[in-house]
Amino acid sequence: MIHILASAAEQQNILRVPLDELIIGTVAFGIVFFALAKFAFPAISKTLEERADAIEGGLRRAEDSQAEAAALLDQYRAQLAEARTEAANIRAQAQAEKNSMIETAKSEAAAAAAVVTERAQAQMEAERAQALTSLRRDVSDLALTLAGKVVGETLTDDARARATVDRFIADLEAQAANK
Amino acid sequence: MSVITAVGNVATESCHLNGANNCGFPAPSADIFFLEPYATLNIFGMDFTISKAVILVVLVATVVIAFFMSAFRSPKLIPGKLQGLGEIGYTFVRDQIAREVIGKEGDKFVPFLTSLFFFVWISNLMGVVPGAQFPIMSSLAFPVALTLIVYFTYMFLGFKHQGTKFITDAAFPPGVPKAMYILLTPLELLQLFVTRPVTQSIRLFANMFAGHLLITTFTVGAWYLLSPSIIGILGSATSFGVTVVLTGFEMFIQGLQAFIFTLLAAVYIGGSLHGEH
Repeated sequence: MIHILASAAEQQNILRVPLDELIIGTVAFGIVFFALAKFAFPAISKTLEERADAIEGGLRRAEDSQAEAAALLDQYRAQLAEARTEAANIRAQAQAEKNSMIETAKSEAAAAAAVVTERAQAQMEAERAQALTSLRRDVSDLALTLAGKVVGETLTDDARARATVDRFIADLEAQAANK
Repeated sequence: MSVITAVGNVATESCHLNGANNCGFPAPSADIFFLEPYATLNIFGMDFTISKAVILVVLVATVVIAFFMSAFRSPKLIPGKLQGLGEIGYTFVRDQIAREVIGKEGDKFVPFLTSLFFFVWISNLMGVVPGAQFPIMSSLAFPVALTLIVYFTYMFLGFKHQGTKFITDAAFPPGVPKAMYILLTPLELLQLFVTRPVTQSIRLFANMFAGHLLITTFTVGAWYLLSPSIIGILGSATSFGVTVVLTGFEMFIQGLQAFIFTLLAAVYIGGSLHGEH
């Protein structure tokens, strides 16, 4: 062994650097470095770069699709709002139409009812007048018959007698009216 | 293995407290770092002593190459377990050392720094691997070999990127009063050419040396104190417990020293690329 640092007198020195060990160490590390630098590290360096690219690309794609989704969501929301407004408008219109239809129907019905009422009143008036006339005649007939029975002769067809009774009834009516 | 050898070197193997042979504590010395040569190879007229350290350094080189070659043989975008593990190591050196210290240009030096980190770390780890139990970097020749590689690398890069300014900027740091150069210039030159490589190698060497000696001392202590008495049992158990704790601590130091060695290499390379001042 050739010693560099150790003195010749002191063979067993911990600081000795035997040349053979120095060469062996250098060669061993040299082999490790060249083997790894040539066969191991270029491949992994390339793979790590590719992976970084893939991750970055993936992130960019994810960002893009997120932005797209957000835009789509906004669009849908706008459409939904539009549809809601439209529906509300349609509903309001329908309500208004319904209301106007009800109003029309009501007024028509009222008009029809008024006509019917008027007609019925007129008819009732006519019937009442008729009934009054008929009653008057019946009363005068009855009175004449009664008077005839009292007098003892018939006054039935006597126009004068009838006129008397009628006058009497009219007086009665006038009295009733005056009271 | 090294422990038994150490004990065997110093005293008989059955040396116990109050034992029959009445021996004292066979404290392990620096002798445990002088490995017996297994064989000597003559290559190109030079003798290469094959000791345990040499066998281990070949093993470490093989393990590191085999691990990264199989992990990164056909790398996938979605990594498997082995590739994931290799990537953790690779990206650790790339992000924590190369990019952190040198910057974007550091990517070029990731293969060198990663090889350096794992070569040093696994070499250190041999200190606690059962059967190996000898930290390679506690033989000064190996840290010196790596330091020289780093030294020539950053010297070359310095001249390539900055030319002679690499030396003149270091010797005469700009923005300093001229009078200060009397004091600064010798120190800066000493720092660049001597202090850096010497401290870088000695730091790694001394840490591994001291850690191994400490673990060995407590291991031998546990064996020595083991005797049929209260002091023997308690002392031996304590010593063994300390050995276990120290082994855990030593594993942390091994990683840390590998990290510091690689970090310094990156700092020096970065300084050569950009200029320090």
